[in-house]
Amino acid sequence: MAPIKNISRRHFLKNMGLASGGLILATSLSSFSHLTEDHLKKETFNPNLFIELLPDGRLILVASRSEMGQGIRTSLTSVIADEMEADWSRVTVKQATGNAIYGDQNTDGSKSVRNLYQSMREMGATAKAMLISAASKTWKVPETECVAENHFVIHTSGKKIGYGDLVSTAITLDIPDNVKLKSSKDFKYIGKELPSIDIHDIISGKAIFGLDKRVPNLKFAAIKRCPVTFGTVKSFDKTDVLKIPGVIDVIEVPRIIKPFGALGGVAVIATSTWAAFKGKEALKIDWDYGANAEYTTNTFITELTETVQKPGKVNKSKGNIDQAFTKGDKLIEHTYQLPHLVHTPMEVPNAISWVKDGTCEVWAPLQTPQAARKEVADYLGINQEKVTVNVTLLGGGFGRKSKPDYVVEATILSKEIQGPVQVVWTREDDIQHSYYHTTSAQYLKASLDNSGRVTGWLHRLALPTIKSTFQPGANYPLGGEIGSALNVPYDIPNMQFETGKADAHLRIGWLRSVVNIPNAFCINVFSDELAYEAGIDPLEFRLQLIGSDRIEKTKEKFKYDTAKLKHVLKKAAKNAGYGNSLPEGHAIGLAVHYSFFSYVAAAIEVSIVDNKVKIHNVNMVIDCGVVVNKNSVRAQMEGAVIFGLSLAYYGNISTTNGQVEQNNFNDYKIIRMPEAPKTHVEIIESESAPTGVGEPGVPVIAPALVNAIFKATGQRYRSLPLSKHGIV
Amino acid sequence: MITLNINGKNHEIDADPSMPLLWALRDIIGYTGTKYGCGKGLCGSCMVLMDGNAVNSCLMPISAMQGRALITIEGETENLQKLQQTWTDLNVPQCGFCQPGQLISATALLNKNPKPSEEDIDNAMARNICRCGTYQRIKKAIQNTAEIKIKQ
Ligand code: FES
Ligand code: FES
Repeated sequence: MAPIKNISRRHFLKNMGLASGGLILATSLSSFSHLTEDHLKKETFNPNLFIELLPDGRLILVASRSEMGQGIRTSLTSVIADEMEADWSRVTVKQATGNAIYGDQNTDGSKSVRNLYQSMREMGATAKAMLISAASKTWKVPETECVAENHFVIHTSGKKIGYGDLVSTAITLDIPDNVKLKSSKDFKYIGKELPSIDIHDIISGKAIFGLDKRVPNLKFAAIKRCPVTFGTVKSFDKTDVLKIPGVIDVIEVPRIIKPFGALGGVAVIATSTWAAFKGKEALKIDWDYGANAEYTTNTFITELTETVQKPGKVNKSKGNIDQAFTKGDKLIEHTYQLPHLVHTPMEVPNAISWVKDGTCEVWAPLQTPQAARKEVADYLGINQEKVTVNVTLLGGGFGRKSKPDYVVEATILSKEIQGPVQVVWTREDDIQHSYYHTTSAQYLKASLDNSGRVTGWLHRLALPTIKSTFQPGANYPLGGEIGSALNVPYDIPNMQFETGKADAHLRIGWLRSVVNIPNAFCINVFSDELAYEAGIDPLEFRLQLIGSDRIEKTKEKFKYDTAKLKHVLKKAAKNAGYGNSLPEGHAIGLAVHYSFFSYVAAAIEVSIVDNKVKIHNVNMVIDCGVVVNKNSVRAQMEGAVIFGLSLAYYGNISTTNGQVEQNNFNDYKIIRMPEAPKTHVEIIESESAPTGVGEPGVPVIAPALVNAIFKATGQRYRSLPLSKHGIV
Repeated sequence: MITLNINGKNHEIDADPSMPLLWALRDIIGYTGTKYGCGKGLCGSCMVLMDGNAVNSCLMPISAMQGRALITIEGETENLQKLQQTWTDLNVPQCGFCQPGQLISATALLNKNPKPSEEDIDNAMARNICRCGTYQRIKKAIQNTAEIKIKQ
């Protein structure tokens, strides 16, 4: 985000055509277009778009990123409050609508804190400096004799004045340049365990998720979509549907051929969600299944497996891999197969859209409100200024709510019925019509010399790419999809990375941690396999593979530091008691991975009871730079363990003839409390810039578990989910 | 007309008698704290207390709910309030969507079993999914609540 910039009040007021007593300034990316006359009349102190201080001392801070359980509404605003020396109990958080004036609002890629931390600090510090300056003017004393503390400015003489009482003076001041930021040792909120600002609403059922939003005269809609991706409606019969009490109408939804366009189908509009669901079940539709009707995942994974046995496109090569393999004392090769997955956020996709008088207002759980705004404006053929996208709380996102196709659906229907309508996906819809995490086959081959050192490393993968969602027909992975395999930080003289061709037959999209899941899986499992082949302890072997302390050469702003990678791995092993004597039959498996610029390691202790794996505990260690909110980092790691175990145990989306075979939580299972292990989290203290938290915990779980099972049983599982091997 | 007693108040509603309580609460009466997660009795997001027991409101037709004392997350009962406090102390929720159902299940558990063992908790809470993975904190919060109660 660009630095805070002073924009003259006269210039601004001229643009707005308003007269007001308030001085409003902003970050240089803002245009003020969201400010209403009301807003200006309030005589509040708004040093920028994110801060509004009221004369009674209430402080309203704006959250521009979406809350989906990662604590962002609390983390980002607490950074402002900390620098501002504000009293957290006086803070309320307002959610920004989707609008480019807030800069990038996409809540994905574990990047919100990473990208906004510095700007939020500067905003808070600027506001504080202005309040101090206002107090010095009020008292006619030098600013150097004033300090800010807990919503007051205090003078050396001991007198104090509340922030609210300074509003009328602060609004007359210019924005200072180069404000000083606090020293990290003085942080009051940053790095502490702040509870979520929404916790009271959540536990009392008052929190408003997308599904809970109500507007006057709201109608509910359910849509039956083609069982095969991109299939279309040939004809349908609505007679029985219209007889269902509560059903109002049946409307065909066109397919909008865009990455986030509607899939199309037939919608039932009703007075309750229940009637819409019942109507949907009663619909009789004749489909044209289209080009994806041959897609059967069982056959497809076999094809992918054959693809990766043959030379592919070389993406990176160092040394001479062929020579290494010819000279190697021992050659090891294995293939790993991973299935499609789906997000199943606890709250299904849903959206209210209300098209009226050339405008449209949307309420929805969205990770990408600006994309939704654009899709709606494009569909209606109106200017984006006419579209308001309100972001509700998200009942989980995991990447599903980055794709606003459900907002487009609601907009199509609202335009049709000329009133507000809430589209609600059933859980079955969510599981059968998603943007799926890709399936992949990965082939790894390595040569060892007679001392057990790895001399050559070949990694070849094939997967339907996310790019295919944006560029139909794309069949080689994107840079971001191979990065974590391409840049594996192993100190091996000869390395090669190749990709194979794979066509997509489902909508492929991001799911929490994305392709780090398969990449971390096979890299960690294969490394473990090599350790046993070399006759070296897996921890020691892995530390050797990573090699010397060094900064890897990458183009990124955040540098890949091998010392940090080794450090988290050693810590996780130590915390788990790796190397100590364990109870009879117990074994610990390890995995480590770098993603979203954070370093995470897991150590999982298992035993086998009645031929099933039992997890005794999980030790997680993360180095994510400066920690803004310890509570949410810890919570994200605990959650990542459950997310990772769910996919390791059960995660599998399969298709036959293009149709997804899973339906609901009975056959797309999620870990429940009796299976949930005790988890211990250690957060490495760091002064480095903050890096990702929401996603980097997931990739290490499945491989650590598979490595632990191998140690306990001698049985190696090279494909997931484990449920198909009968071990869970 | 069907009369439902919710959180100590009677509501007369005019709806299809086969409509599950979940949707009557959410779409007709306006208690949106009770959530839809699966509609098939598989996730526990829709739990309410029926005469003190936790039931999946997505499976309960309103016709069968007449004369029952129904309590939703918006309601007040002793164990629920205690659990809400511990939930806050331990920062249990992540996205929060499953939490009303979790709290209702935990309330029903403590209603029946004031000092549940770890296994009792696992069994009682196995009906509730939390996709964000807050199980460890939920378990701790139930244990803490049970202890507080015993000390008093
Ligand atoms: S919605 Fe009732 S159990 Fe899932
Ligand atoms: S807190 Fe998100 S599903 Fe439980």
